[in-house]
Amino acid sequence: MDIGETVIETTGLRRRYGPEGDGGFEAVRGVDLRVARGELFALLGVNGAGKTSTLELLEGLERPTAGTVRVLGHDPYRDRALVRPRTGIMLQAGGFPAELTVLETARMWIGTHPGATRPLDEVLAAVGLADRRRVRVKQLSGGEKRRLDLAMALVGRPEVLFLDEPTTGMDAEGRQATWELVRELRAAGTTVLLTTHYLEEAEQLADRLAIMRAGRVEITGSPAEVTATRPARVRFRLPDDVSPARLPLALPAAAEGDRIEIRTQDVQGALTTLLLWARDERVELLDLDARSATLEEAFLALARQDGGATDEPAATSGVAA
Amino acid sequence: MTTTNDARTTATTGRGSGGGRAAATRIAALGRAELTLLLRNKTMLFTALLLPALVTFGMRGVVGQMGDGLGDVGLTVGTVLVPASVGFVLLFAVYSNLVGTYVVRREELVLKRLRTGSATDTEILVAAALPSVVISVVQCAVLLACGALVLDLEAPRRPDLLLLGLLLGTVTMAALAAFSAAFTSSAEAAQLTPMPLMLVSFAGSGLMIPLELFPDRIADICRLLPLTGPMELVRGGWTGSLGGADMLKALAVSVGWTALSVYAVRRWFRWDPRR
Repeated sequence: MDIGETVIETTGLRRRYGPEGDGGFEAVRGVDLRVARGELFALLGVNGAGKTSTLELLEGLERPTAGTVRVLGHDPYRDRALVRPRTGIMLQAGGFPAELTVLETARMWIGTHPGATRPLDEVLAAVGLADRRRVRVKQLSGGEKRRLDLAMALVGRPEVLFLDEPTTGMDAEGRQATWELVRELRAAGTTVLLTTHYLEEAEQLADRLAIMRAGRVEITGSPAEVTATRPARVRFRLPDDVSPARLPLALPAAAEGDRIEIRTQDVQGALTTLLLWARDERVELLDLDARSATLEEAFLALARQDGGATDEPAATSGVAA
Repeated sequence: MTTTNDARTTATTGRGSGGGRAAATRIAALGRAELTLLLRNKTMLFTALLLPALVTFGMRGVVGQMGDGLGDVGLTVGTVLVPASVGFVLLFAVYSNLVGTYVVRREELVLKRLRTGSATDTEILVAAALPSVVISVVQCAVLLACGALVLDLEAPRRPDLLLLGLLLGTVTMAALAAFSAAFTSSAEAAQLTPMPLMLVSFAGSGLMIPLELFPDRIADICRLLPLTGPMELVRGGWTGSLGGADMLKALAVSVGWTALSVYAVRRWFRWDPRR
């Protein structure tokens, strides 16, 4: 288990639905990813960007049209029997018969996992479903279903965990609890690859992330690195008797009425210039506010680029509930 | 050659992890869940447990009216009806029900989810069919015994042929169910897609009218249908009347259909509702 060992690796990964030409659709168009052992890697993108299609290739559920996938050194599709016992997979939705109870579902799933040694009750308790064991799956809330999914993905104590939108449908409390659980797993050395719609989730959890658009990875890096690609913002209002024209030329300021916005990669420099000018000119800056770019801004900026339009409006998906 | 033996071979041929015992454990766990689901589904239970007996009972009058025609070709009401009951079990309890099972499990994403675990594709499909298959085997035994008592039949002359017919018929019907499921997009549609094969089998596989009463050329074509071979083996095994050449032919057609249907599943089965 040497540090830096690559656990998930793809090169030139492509996945096409349907025939060549206009009749088909290429959902994954040349994806190169590399995830090290113990890393928590988040895959972001609007709906239709190719996250789940990519994930299914990594999970070995489907065969790529072109390119290669290696998980723990094996082809997860061809060498399924070697890879499966060491991975845990949580699909985007569903997957358990509606008419089975939580307990029956867990018993069935654990029965298919020869290596699963944790007691059933402990597995359910870990996700807060111990008192729901006699309830049928169809009667669980959306969040409870996700927690059952997660619990089942964990029964084999996986080295690599794939989570496809793990907290969709959960309330705030459930989401926090899930984040806590994922953090614990990561602390114990589990490699986690997750997709999410919640940028906050990626910001909170991920060591590194990739933003996908139209089947390609647009940017990869730590949340801080990705955020740093976007300018920070300084905002304030000028008093009525001060014209924006008086602002120092060095500041890339944009005025809209009395509201001024400065976008810059160098917040400290811009603020210094601004504040020194205000002191010298005896101008009071109203509602002064300076902040770094958020991951959401970086995400939206990428998602909004031309040619990225898929089937969903990009602007809403970052904050979709 | 027994049923248990074959089930074990099927289970271990998959590329599963952990060998035969682990495979058996996984199939048992999945099969148990599937049985629970079957017991909670009244429509499926009715189709599996009551329909074959009801139809067999209903056919009694019809076959009875064939009267002398049967005697002319060496058959009795019993030698027509009792094997036919096996055919009804295979069509209702195995084929028709399993089309629904495979479709519903796929649409619920259960099959996809199961493939994320350690079970192999073969294990998943076998386990889903297991409760229906066990029910149908037990039911065949009961129907054969009851039918024989009520209709004054002698004990089967060639039980080995009878069992072989039952086995090949069961595997073929289960595999054809999985194949039909590939062309069925919803639980509602699963009520319809089994119809063609069921109607063709009723009419052409000797379930309602013995092939002996058909013109020779039509009977020859009917002998190529998927359920006809197993039915001839079951009936021939009971009466001992199936000649060497006819037996080999029925056997060849049955094995051919079993192989073809298993191949069709490998080639066309869909695990994911998408597309």
